[in-house]
Amino acid sequence: MDDFYRELIIDRYKNPQYRGILNPHDISFEDDNPLCGDHIRVDLRVDATNRVTEANFNGHGCAISQASADLLMESIIGKTLDEVKSINRDDILEMLSIDLGPVRLKCALLSLKVLKAGVYGLGEATDELVAS
Amino acid sequence: MDTLDVTHIRADFPVLEREIHPGVPLVYLDSTATSQKPSVVLDAMDGFYRCCNANIHRGVHTLAEESTGAYELARKRMAEFIGSPSPRQVIFTRNTTESINLVAYTWGRSNLKAGDVVILTEMEHHSNIVPWHILAAEKNIRLEFISVTDEGLLDLEIYRSLLELQPKLVAFTHMSNVLGTVNPAAEIIRLAHAAGAVVLVDGAQSVPHLPVNVQLLDCDFLAFSAHKMCGPTGIGVLYGRKALLEAMPPFLGGGDMIKRVHLRSFTPNELPYKFEAGTPAIAEAVGLGAAVGYLTSVGMEAISAHEQEIIAYALERLKEIPGVSVFGPRAEHKGGVASFMLKDVHPHDIAQILDGQGIAIRAGHHCAMPLHEKFGIPATARASFYLYNTREEVDKLVEGIYKVKRVFRA
Repeated sequence: MDDFYRELIIDRYKNPQYRGILNPHDISFEDDNPLCGDHIRVDLRVDATNRVTEANFNGHGCAISQASADLLMESIIGKTLDEVKSINRDDILEMLSIDLGPVRLKCALLSLKVLKAGVYGLGEATDELVAS
Repeated sequence: MDTLDVTHIRADFPVLEREIHPGVPLVYLDSTATSQKPSVVLDAMDGFYRCCNANIHRGVHTLAEESTGAYELARKRMAEFIGSPSPRQVIFTRNTTESINLVAYTWGRSNLKAGDVVILTEMEHHSNIVPWHILAAEKNIRLEFISVTDEGLLDLEIYRSLLELQPKLVAFTHMSNVLGTVNPAAEIIRLAHAAGAVVLVDGAQSVPHLPVNVQLLDCDFLAFSAHKMCGPTGIGVLYGRKALLEAMPPFLGGGDMIKRVHLRSFTPNELPYKFEAGTPAIAEAVGLGAAVGYLTSVGMEAISAHEQEIIAYALERLKEIPGVSVFGPRAEHKGGVASFMLKDVHPHDIAQILDGQGIAIRAGHHCAMPLHEKFGIPATARASFYLYNTREEVDKLVEGIYKVKRVFRA
């Protein structure tokens, strides 16, 4: 159990590096995890070659969802949008380096769902976006 | 001191012997979501399948007779348990949600018209909000809500003023699944009837935990689920006043709910079968009958008194923890539900760390998003208690919350 709350996760939850709002932004999207009421918004700035130059998240939720959002924002800076589209759930699990049951997996993947829905320009963040 | 022999009661529930991690026993504090089941319920269902399983109401062979008898005996025991004048007024559904939907889709659809007022409360479970939203969209009825005070009680002054709108229906929860508030049901019903309204009571949390008698309450409908009262999942109850049920159109169409069927018409069956289309949850009804027997033998008064003692102790202990805030009224106004927040820690994380210590609580909005919106919080952690919970388990919960604080340096 305590493995869930590794230093990295508690640190990122308490002192996120990429929390904020980017205004103006090139891409912005937000959605909820209806199961627990967690909410995440992702803002991106993208250069002329479709590469992410800045990424921020905002919202509220548990340590797993917030830490995973923070790590995800960090990981996509410098990536092209096509590369962002190819991020999947295993990448998130690797980043967090924890094993998650089906309920908490939704917390961990919320930010990726929101990010991909924004990048694809969809109206809704669906589970299909993060299927492995 | 305590009115129940809890040690003895705990021995009736096999799952309570379970260790969640090696050497770490289960501390089950999630009975508001679903209760655990005593051996008598498990044995009754197992025995039913092993000895007499058959479909009911049609066959004439021995097993069919026995199964029909067992199913109808469960209905009779349930009628006695809630003080229904007749077993015919006890309709088996899937759960509380389906019971409320049944009323919305049959009574509501045929009795409500554009502009009619339906009064709900701000503390309703989604199951007593969404069916009315759906009907409101179809019929253009008007929904009004009795406010919840900061203390977590219904604002009866607001209620009295809403009654001046001459509502057709008042539908409210007897006991809140988040705040634990036990609402003054008899008073709410008396006022509603005086204003000419029909009353539906959501008894999902009250019937398992308090003595509930439909004739003393004088309610028109009472909806509740078996699985929160030591019975199985998959079966619930709708009690209804006879004249109302008889006048209502059927709900689902199919087998068993008809008297006669022709190619171009049908005649509905009599009560209660009119509302029980298709093969019902037969073994589950048998299990529910056993659950009712079990609760009766322990005594609903004694169960309620025990939970009062546990919740009073839990609120006192939770208050001692710096950073913890508990929602809902004082112990004397509520049942065994403690929803709380811990400063700077999300409820999901509280639940996860407690699980590491074998403690099962619920985290989230508990299917009551409007109530959480009102208090401006996305989610709460909820510990809830039943006849098998002890003061020692409350102590473990408190120790567990201190552990959460250490992990989060909160």
